[in-house]
Amino acid sequence: MNISHHLDDATLLAFAAGTVGEAHGILVASHLAMCPTCRNALRKAEGLGGGILESQAGQAVSDVCRAATLASLDAVIAPKETYKPKSDLPLALARIMGDVNLADIHWHKRAPGVSVFDVPLSKGSKTKLKLVKLGKGRTMPEHGHGGEELTLILKGSYHDKMGRFSPGDVADLDAEIEHQPIVDSDEDCICVIAFETRAIYKTILAKLVQPFVGI
Amino acid sequence: MTETSVPNARGDQFVDFLTRVAASKDRAAFASLFDHFAPRVKSFMMRKGSNPEQAEDLVQETMIAVWSKAAMFSTEKGSVSTWIFTIARNLRIDKLRRERSQLYTDLEDFDAPDLSTGAEEALGRSQEDNQVSLALAQIPAEQRDLLILSFVEDVPQSEIALRLGIPLGTVKSRMRLGYQRLRKLLETMN
Repeated sequence: MNISHHLDDATLLAFAAGTVGEAHGILVASHLAMCPTCRNALRKAEGLGGGILESQAGQAVSDVCRAATLASLDAVIAPKETYKPKSDLPLALARIMGDVNLADIHWHKRAPGVSVFDVPLSKGSKTKLKLVKLGKGRTMPEHGHGGEELTLILKGSYHDKMGRFSPGDVADLDAEIEHQPIVDSDEDCICVIAFETRAIYKTILAKLVQPFVGI
Repeated sequence: MTETSVPNARGDQFVDFLTRVAASKDRAAFASLFDHFAPRVKSFMMRKGSNPEQAEDLVQETMIAVWSKAAMFSTEKGSVSTWIFTIARNLRIDKLRRERSQLYTDLEDFDAPDLSTGAEEALGRSQEDNQVSLALAQIPAEQRDLLILSFVEDVPQSEIALRLGIPLGTVKSRMRLGYQRLRKLLETMN
């Protein structure tokens, strides 16, 4: 896999700190599973966390806690087995979608050449994760908002003014950047998009103006 | 002894303790790790909003994981502090049920990244942990504060933007700048 669009440092820092929302976390982990460059960058960002932990002025730990920890060491069970996905989806997506293959997703048609699938997240999640399937020549439906948004390409490709995006590439763009991706592969382009629901206020009027948004 | 050789020696000592825990379930080595890291993990958790009891529960869980996973540690993945930071982070995520810590633990099974090449990438290597705080003190406050809010107080970037009344893009660019500066500073220290 030849990945040319990577995660932004700010996103890697948020993932390392553990402050990304659920949808974004799944998308970031999916990209990381495909991208050694970003895995390397993540370790460095986690190094900042380690350095900050090391620099903490310690809070005295009670003798009870110390004794209880030392006493429980014998009863400790071995760590978990490793998870191997049985699907062509990237690891984190495969796990949450129950090992379904890309070809077996139950798409919901939103417009000619535009289908979506909502990835189920936990109740009360403030983020959303959608799979989007677009035919050749289609443009990504506009879903303008000011929140954090990430797009990961799983199949096919599109291009916009930021360049060409192929499988494994992630579009991690500041909200200020306006872009209009157009699918340029002969096969459908399938991507996964993570965004914040708080940003989907846009009012009923906006929904009427953009009836096929859905994303 | 120069100032920088102290943390080096200490980082190596932690690796030695952890290796002994992994190889022979060395309780004395574990106790030394506990005495160094438990108070730090506790204060870390309290700054993230845990009360003292919750923080000590997380300390206990973190240190027990250090014991049981010691064999999975590799210096190629970074320093002992960084490794313990990731364990503590994942356990806290589990506790909050905010997202899935599996996202992180699944990735542990991938190839060990290459942190060894190039003096320019000090972050993540075992020697420089103590230097991170020195370097943090030298970057502009507006950048440092964002990194601290993120790593220490668990505030998501979009919430930082709301709190400070600045655009999300500004939060991100300040974090990027601060992080780049930090890495540059760490280079010159090594």
